[in-house]
Amino acid sequence: MRIDKDLVAASATPLVLGILADGESYGYAILKRVDELSGGRMQWTDGMLYPLLHRLERLGLVEASWGTSDVGRRRKHYAITAAGREALVERQAQWDVVAHALQQVWRSAQDGLQNPPRVAEGWA
Amino acid sequence: MAPGTAAPDAASPGPHAALEAQIDQWRGYVRRREAISAADVDEMEDHLRERVEDLRATGLDDDEAFLVAVKRMGTLDDLSREFAQEHSERLWKQLVLVGEQPGRTRSWRELAVVLGLAAGAGVATKIATSVLDEDVVALNAALLVLPFLTAYLAWKRQVTARVVGALVVPFVALGLVLNLYPFEPTGSTLVLAVLAAPAVVWAVVGVAYVGGRWRSDARRMDFVRFTGELAVYYTLIAIGGGVLLGLTTVTFSLAGVDLEPYLDTWILPLCVPAALIVAAWLVEAKQNVVENIAPVLTRVFTPLTLVMLLAAFVVLATAGDLADVDRELLILMDAILVLVLCLLLYSVSARDPLAPPSFFDGLQVLLVVAALAVDAVALTAMLTRIAEFGLSPNKTAALGLNLLLLVHLAWSAVLATAFLRGRRPLADLVAWQTRFLPAYAGWAVLVAVVFPPVFGFV
Repeated sequence: MRIDKDLVAASATPLVLGILADGESYGYAILKRVDELSGGRMQWTDGMLYPLLHRLERLGLVEASWGTSDVGRRRKHYAITAAGREALVERQAQWDVVAHALQQVWRSAQDGLQNPPRVAEGWA
Repeated sequence: MAPGTAAPDAASPGPHAALEAQIDQWRGYVRRREAISAADVDEMEDHLRERVEDLRATGLDDDEAFLVAVKRMGTLDDLSREFAQEHSERLWKQLVLVGEQPGRTRSWRELAVVLGLAAGAGVATKIATSVLDEDVVALNAALLVLPFLTAYLAWKRQVTARVVGALVVPFVALGLVLNLYPFEPTGSTLVLAVLAAPAVVWAVVGVAYVGGRWRSDARRMDFVRFTGELAVYYTLIAIGGGVLLGLTTVTFSLAGVDLEPYLDTWILPLCVPAALIVAAWLVEAKQNVVENIAPVLTRVFTPLTLVMLLAAFVVLATAGDLADVDRELLILMDAILVLVLCLLLYSVSARDPLAPPSFFDGLQVLLVVAALAVDAVALTAMLTRIAEFGLSPNKTAALGLNLLLLVHLAWSAVLATAFLRGRRPLADLVAWQTRFLPAYAGWAVLVAVVFPPVFGFV
């Protein structure tokens, strides 16, 4: 199953902030974590992560610092800031509302499948 | 430079030479995209190499791993578009060059449009100066020249009919108001209207520049940059033109021809307005040539202005009795605050938003604080005087501008301090700079349109 592009884009910010809330990380590791969390079903275009991280940095939600990897390459690490944690809480609340609404819709849709719709009568 | 080339050798010696060459080539391709900086390429290269290693661990060879990794990174066009959206300041110098690529016909047509509009601005001014009184020309100066600049920008941005309407209406309305008001010939409201009208019209130019999207902070900041570069270009053209004219006049005088009578009546009315349109075209076409001049000037003048302000503060504070200072002091203070604001605006507009706070940022906060201190001393002196003699149109206009500048700079100082201490991102400071600008246009409208009837046109 492939996840719709818009859905991936909408969930990218809370996912990244949530992963960084667990501790400092860097681009490739963040993507691998997304892969693990979604069981490989959320496929990002790798490069697109970086403009997103830079936007979060500009908005002050994450802080970046340059370090070195095990093999001595330059590597940019990202850490969540206090403002980032606030934003994450806010996003989480928003997603809870969306998820809750969707669950109700799924349930009524399922009911609808079991009991054929009588909507037409109501309108008539 | 080392991170890209030297370090990997430790991890992957000889056998992977082909892979190293491929990665090098990839770096080259990515680096050519203006929106992606060297640091971004380093960051993505680190990613690419990890991806390649992971893929090799699953049994792919170098070639296969590289191909898959590059494919997963995304196409360069998509990537650079995303980076461009996030880092528009890097693209500022590229906007026009990208637009010109489709063909050379457009640039020739553009040159024709520019020369036509420049000639139009010159001729309009020439006709006005030979037909109308000096006062009336001064009152309408902005309305004579800037519609041509607006027309150029509107043509260049291919604005919609609605935006054209939004551009034409203010010109017509302001023209009617200014010319139908029964100004006293030497009244101060006339002088104020002469001074405020260009500011009003400049806001209209701004709407044309941003193609009607004046709500966008980023576009407004682009207009600020445009204004600064236009001033730089215009000054350069004026100096060059002055030298050329001087040489011509001297040469002609050797031959017994006196050029001076034509200078005021023909050459200046035609050339001064036309040069503005040409300067605007140069800024649009050659942004990358002087893109760094305004920021460099701010770097040079920020410390100097700080010294000047500290000296002014000492002089004002120790002068004792400031009670008999006149509105000149207030106007002088406005000029100083405008200067400080420009220094702040242009360094903020050119600053890399991701760079950490530096010594220069601290210096800038000091500058703003010093300006506010000097202004506080001058304002106290002025307020006692206003309390004594009441408000004249001049004092009200100067005081209003002073208060606007005060609010603008004071909140800038708060935001800049918060940025220095890591409490707020630079984006807040940038957004505040451009969001406050419409307030000045609003005040200029008040001064030009509402003041004259309120103060009885004197």
